[in-house]
Amino acid sequence: MSATRELILERIRVAVADLPRTADAVADVPVPWAYGEATPMPDVVERFVERVEDYRAVVDRCTATTVASRLSAIVREHNVGSVVVPAGAPQDWAAALAEVAVVRRDDPVLSHAELNEVGAVVTGARVGIAETGTIVLDHGPDQGRRALSLVPDVHLCVIRADQVVSDVPEAVAVLTSSMAARSPQTWISGPSATSDIELDRVEGVHGPRTLVVLLVE
Amino acid sequence: MSQSAARRTPAPPEGTYLGMPRFPVAAKGALGNTQLRKNLRHATGVIRAKRGRVVAEVDRWEELRVAGAAIKDRTQRHLDSYLLQFEAAMTAAGGHVHWARDAAEANQIIVELVRAQGADEVVKVKSMATQEIDMNEALEAAGIAAWETDLAELIVQLGHDRPSHILVPAIHRNRSEVREIFLTEMGTYGTPPPADLTDDPAELAGAARRHLREKFLRASVAISGANFAVAETGTLVVVESEGNGRMCLTLPDTLISVVGIEKVVPTFADLEVFLQLLPRSSTGERMNPYTTMWTGVTPGDGPQNVHVVLIDNGRTEVLADPSGRAALRCIRCSACLNICPVYERVGGHAYGSVYPGPIGAVLTPQLRGTDSAIDRSLPYASTLCGACFEVCPVRIPIPDMLVHMRKRVVEAKHGDTTPHAESLMMKAGSWLFGDARRLAMAQKAAGLGRRIMPDSVSHLGPLPPPLARWANARDLPMPPTESFRSWWARERGGSSR
Repeated sequence: MSATRELILERIRVAVADLPRTADAVADVPVPWAYGEATPMPDVVERFVERVEDYRAVVDRCTATTVASRLSAIVREHNVGSVVVPAGAPQDWAAALAEVAVVRRDDPVLSHAELNEVGAVVTGARVGIAETGTIVLDHGPDQGRRALSLVPDVHLCVIRADQVVSDVPEAVAVLTSSMAARSPQTWISGPSATSDIELDRVEGVHGPRTLVVLLVE
Repeated sequence: MSQSAARRTPAPPEGTYLGMPRFPVAAKGALGNTQLRKNLRHATGVIRAKRGRVVAEVDRWEELRVAGAAIKDRTQRHLDSYLLQFEAAMTAAGGHVHWARDAAEANQIIVELVRAQGADEVVKVKSMATQEIDMNEALEAAGIAAWETDLAELIVQLGHDRPSHILVPAIHRNRSEVREIFLTEMGTYGTPPPADLTDDPAELAGAARRHLREKFLRASVAISGANFAVAETGTLVVVESEGNGRMCLTLPDTLISVVGIEKVVPTFADLEVFLQLLPRSSTGERMNPYTTMWTGVTPGDGPQNVHVVLIDNGRTEVLADPSGRAALRCIRCSACLNICPVYERVGGHAYGSVYPGPIGAVLTPQLRGTDSAIDRSLPYASTLCGACFEVCPVRIPIPDMLVHMRKRVVEAKHGDTTPHAESLMMKAGSWLFGDARRLAMAQKAAGLGRRIMPDSVSHLGPLPPPLARWANARDLPMPPTESFRSWWARERGGSSR
């Protein structure tokens, strides 16, 4: 097997023999791009709201003092019997949610089958991207492991306005530290969707069919 | 029949890609299928319009394209070091890296990894690399069922069919065909659809959700491809829409990712370029619904047994051709398929490859060589209109490369002794144009020929061999009754020299 590895590497070296190479790949082929720059826009938070809603996700604008009560109100609206929260979710979320549904904390971790019976999930987020209407989870303690925000059919995602950046380059810059820590990332832009039948967009296939973003301002 | 009874998954159509007829022959069949043409015209039209809107929003689109091409060129030039860097980083993060020079080696590694888990089934994320190595059939032969979980791939698999598009593999099927396939086949392989299933796409997607959910929850092994492999961090990236990818990448304990060696990008920061280029070019969205990134094993989160199989399978051959290697920049967005007037009319199956359309017409004969009739015909499956280059997010000069591949096909022909129509015509043309008197005589003869044809005939029909093959797919206009030279001589009184 390592013979195959050496063979492939040797084939590559022979294949690019016509190209000048030094030890410095970055200098050998310059990339004319300024990394990590903000994309200019009139109002980052307003653009974020507009773009998230464009995917037919719901944006609920609230404050630090109202977020817990908004969570329970939204869970009640969706009429789900149970909701799971990550091990590191704030205590006041769980307390408010307990008034309207059975709350499961993912500690000890739920099995796949148990998770499949839960109606909704509440998570935090790491960064929001205004231009593309994306929320990124790096699965820190307030976001939980990846399966949590995937298996239940309703995902309520809490993000602070100061976590929202203009566009993909700024987000990648913010996420560099969690990438260095080898955290997995999930980038979410609207609810699960498919266009596989006649290019007709259908929201909701395997991931959560309902995505509510609670924007804390 | 005994063989098909023993199968675990739906049997694909008989025959192999390499056994397919030349492109013009296959295309003729596809052109006669009016349902297919209608499905394709609608689908490519919708997706072209969506792409156009979201690309126009980005002020720095051209800068992004140039950057994307440069990053890929940098990676190619130092591919050996980037692969080693990727291997070291992924291994340090608890993952296992395997190398495969061709499809057979890759499939052998994958079968062994699945067997080591004692599994007899796997769930699959849509992946061009696994299509390319025909992995599902290799697993089937080893008694392992590979379940496609992307909606379109599921339609193709249940329909005993082949994909016809990189992004939307069932683009050739309409909703009522999909309903038929689900009603007939789904129950044989798992949770059946509701008996009153209609052809509403939302209902069809709902049936797929129920059908696949039990498979996701049960599977212990998943197989994926990857859109990007980050050398710096050892991270793999999968870009998707439905959440089937997340299911496969998150729930099973073992994850095997089959990744072409050209998928490497140097740094995490480079993703800021590709995550802008790919979704807008591909589905015509500002961002695809889900992107998953994982770095080896994360304790307590997702698969704990993580493998990547790096495949060459012809890629180093492509890299060795200075005029062909730009094809390895391809990020499989399929914008070139959707814009191509030939693809729009013919569809993907006639290309005889998992990579159809303009990029397939250059990449397939590069990866597979030009030994088969279908591979030799592919570089001619284009009008060279240039639209594919205009939309390519990594600026692959597809039209130039098609011409280059035509040259390679012709050069490969020099080896055999049968006279080919094209070379005979070129020789005749060279003789004719080499002398003004010969040309004048020939034009006079053509004009006389025109005068004896009825006026109702506007084009020359079938020609005798060896011209027949050339003229089959082309309309040859009738020659004028008088040549420019003789008109000039008559009107301006000059000598015809």
